[in-house]
Parts: sequence; C-alpha cells; structure tokens
Amino acid sequence: MTRDTQSSTPTSASNSSAQPLVSLKNVNKHFGELHVLKDINLEVARGEVVVVIGPSGSGKSTLCRAINRLETIDNGEIRIDGKELPAEGKALAKLRADVGMVFQSFNLFAHKSILENVSLGPVKVKGMKAAAAKELSMSLLKRVGVDNQAQKLPAQLSGGQQQRVAIARALAMQPKVMLFDEPTSALDPEMINEVLDAMVALAKEGMTMIVVTHEMGFARKAADRVIFMADGQIVEQATPEEFFTNPQSDRAKDFLGKILAH
Amino acid sequence: MEDYLSLLVEYDVLGAFWVNIQLTLWAGVWALLLGTVLALMRISPIASLQWLGAAYVNIFRNTPLTIILAFGFLGLFGQLGFTLAEDLNVSLFRIAILGLAIYHAAFVCEAIRSGVNTVPLGQAEAARAIGLSFMPAARLIILPQAFRGAIAPLGNVLIALIKNSTVAAAGSVAIETSTVMKEMIEFRSDVIYPIFFTFALGFVILVIPIGLLTTWASKKLAVAR
Repeated sequence: MTRDTQSSTPTSASNSSAQPLVSLKNVNKHFGELHVLKDINLEVARGEVVVVIGPSGSGKSTLCRAINRLETIDNGEIRIDGKELPAEGKALAKLRADVGMVFQSFNLFAHKSILENVSLGPVKVKGMKAAAAKELSMSLLKRVGVDNQAQKLPAQLSGGQQQRVAIARALAMQPKVMLFDEPTSALDPEMINEVLDAMVALAKEGMTMIVVTHEMGFARKAADRVIFMADGQIVEQATPEEFFTNPQSDRAKDFLGKILAH
Repeated sequence: MEDYLSLLVEYDVLGAFWVNIQLTLWAGVWALLLGTVLALMRISPIASLQWLGAAYVNIFRNTPLTIILAFGFLGLFGQLGFTLAEDLNVSLFRIAILGLAIYHAAFVCEAIRSGVNTVPLGQAEAARAIGLSFMPAARLIILPQAFRGAIAPLGNVLIALIKNSTVAAAGSVAIETSTVMKEMIEFRSDVIYPIFFTFALGFVILVIPIGLLTTWASKKLAVAR
C-alpha cells in the first residue's frame, strides 16, 4: 500500500519529506586567490541538526553565510526546500525570510528596542499586525528568558542576553531552517551556556539547524551529524559519537587532539 | 558712531540677514532630500546608480559655487528664460535656492555616507537575513543610524551653506547680506570697518549656535553599541 502511494505520486512525495531541506551541490567559492569552498556537497534533512566544526579559516563560516547568500558563490547550486537561491531582489529577500540567521556578533539593530528588534521582521516583511507581532515577540522573548528586558536597547543587555534576543528575532520569522555562525564565540565564558541551552531546546523541538561552533559539548548533546571541515573541504562527517570517539581522517584526529587535550 | 548708527536705519541689515536665513533653510531642506537620494544611490547594490551618484558628487563638489549660481542667473534665466515664479525677484530667489541646493547636496551626500560608515556591516547583514530588501533595510535600519552618526558633518555642511548663501549675489539676489554690505560700503566708505565688523559678527552669531547644537546633538543621539 505504501508502495502504491509512493509510485502513484512520486513528485509530491519527493517534495515533502524525502527531499532535503537544504542542499548544496558542487559549491565553489574563492576570496581572490584563496579557494575557500572546494566542491562542497551537503544535504540537510528536515529536522536535522548539523554541527560544522573545523579549524579557523577552514571555510565553515563562509559555508554558513553562503546558505542565505550573505556570501555569493562562484559556481554550484544551493537549494532551500527545493528552490534554488535567487541571485538578488525580492525573491532573494523572500527566501531569506525562511532562513533564520544568528551571528557571532549578535547584530541586534542598535537603535531599536529589544521588542522592536524581534517584531520588526514579522511586521515589515510578513505584514503582520503590530499587536499580533508584539504578542508573538513577547512569547519568543519569554521562551529565551529575556522578556523582562523588552523595552531596553541592545547595548544595555549582556552579550548572552543579546544573543538570545537574536535567536528570538530569527524565530519570529518562523524560519524553515536556522543558521548559527559561531553564536557563542564572542561571549564571556559564563554566558555561553545560557545561549547553548536555548539552542539545545530549539533542537529538541525539531528545528532544522546548521551550527558552526567550537562548542564540542553542544555537538555531543544536540547534533544529529557532525561535519568536519578543513581547507575549504568537508573532510569527514559522522554522528557525534562516532566522530569524537573514532575520527577517521588524520586532519580530524589532529584537530580533536589539539582541542580535547585539556 | 552716530554716523554709523544712522546707516543702520537707512539700510535694512536685519532684513538682509533674514534673506540669507531663508536661502539657507530652503536650500538646506532640498539639499538634504537630494543628498539623501544621492547617498542611497551610492550605497545601493545597482552599479549604474552607484556610478550616477558618484558622478554627480564629483561634478558639483568640484565646481565653484559662484559659477553654478551665475549660471542659474545668466544661463538658465537669462538665456533660456527659465523662471520659477511670476515675480522676477521671487524667481531669482528660487533659482538661487536651486543652485545652492544642487551644490550642497553633493556635500550632504558625502556627510551621510560618512554616517553610513559608522554603521557596522553586521546591521545590514542582519536586516537582509530577516528578509528586508535594500530599500526597507536602508529606511528602517541603515539610514536612521547613519543620520545619527552624520550629525556633526551635516552641521558642518549647514555652516558652510549659511556662509555660502552670500554667493547668491552672483545669482543676482539683490537684497541679501553681501549685496547690502557692498552698497553700504560704496556709499559710506568712511565707516568701512564698522560695516565689515557688523556683517562678520552677524554671521558668527548665526553660526556659533549651530556648531554648539550639532556637537551636543551628535553626542546625545549617538547610537550606543
């Protein structure tokens, strides 16, 4: 019976669940002479949490930023939910609204209150009514534990609080996938966990996530798959358990040896 | 001294300053609008608009204001018969405003661009990442912060504009300060120094508060990061 439905409606089946939510095919990018992304192939399934790790300059941030076209690529193909990334204009803006992004340096709108930071997207991009957007924003701020700061400006909050607001701001667009570009790298050590906790909670709720990070603890706890990048290539990918206990490549062994030594 | 004071009754010095203030206010508003459009063009992702904005700035910033205003009077009005009002004097006044605005828009554009440079790139990236396209991102996120970072340089443009409004004499606006001053000196060269001093002082009194105000405002309104 299952077989029948699949064969009778092959397109709809491939459009809904079988098809990866994010797919990169033969993606290449250069920064001048430097080949930062070398023939990257990657598929991320709906609900999957993929953690990208690797040494500095390995291209992992560029990979993350290419997925919503904050970095353009030289060639190859990037698809979100089956649709190829448009080059520019309204179509690109529309697609970006479906891809949440959390930056290393938070990038909250400095002249807007915390509440406005979160509600701006729903109102200005999605045309949501102000009252509904406020309600949505407050519930998201509550979820990440900063609802009591709603009227303040970003500069009045700690780094950890700002990053949690940034997560709420991205969630307010009800994205299909969330990109995290080293979300804890600019934080004081005592603030890292409050952000990671919010991310773990999000992963548990089934959000599709691509997370560039140095937090191995987060990778172990929340990742479905770990991708190890070096020199612009995906060198190795495995479940966190496999990767951390039994890395295959010398490059990964060397990297893990250095960061897990103490 | 009495000679000099009688001169102030004969000539409408305050009225002359009022003309320069009006020239400044009108030209300032138009220059701000045009300069903002130019700045948007220069930061836009469209290459031809960037080029056009840059060309405008480089042409008008590097042309002497006297030539622009003389062209407005002799070229636009004199040769082409271009007018902006029925009344001759009103028309010349408006043509002078046009010339002042066109010239100062180039400087306003560069002042705003310096303000845009105070806005970290991450602000634009975050705006794009939530799905705002160029114009909404510029209007909601970039320009509001850029203006607050550009208050001091915009104040400098305004100060230059007030003083440059005297060049409207080249556009044959006859009742503004530099023309009135010239007439007063021609008729009463015996009190030439007090006359110079009066007009210099008038401009200092106009300009100093602007400097103080913009310095205060640029601190007060600075975006906390």
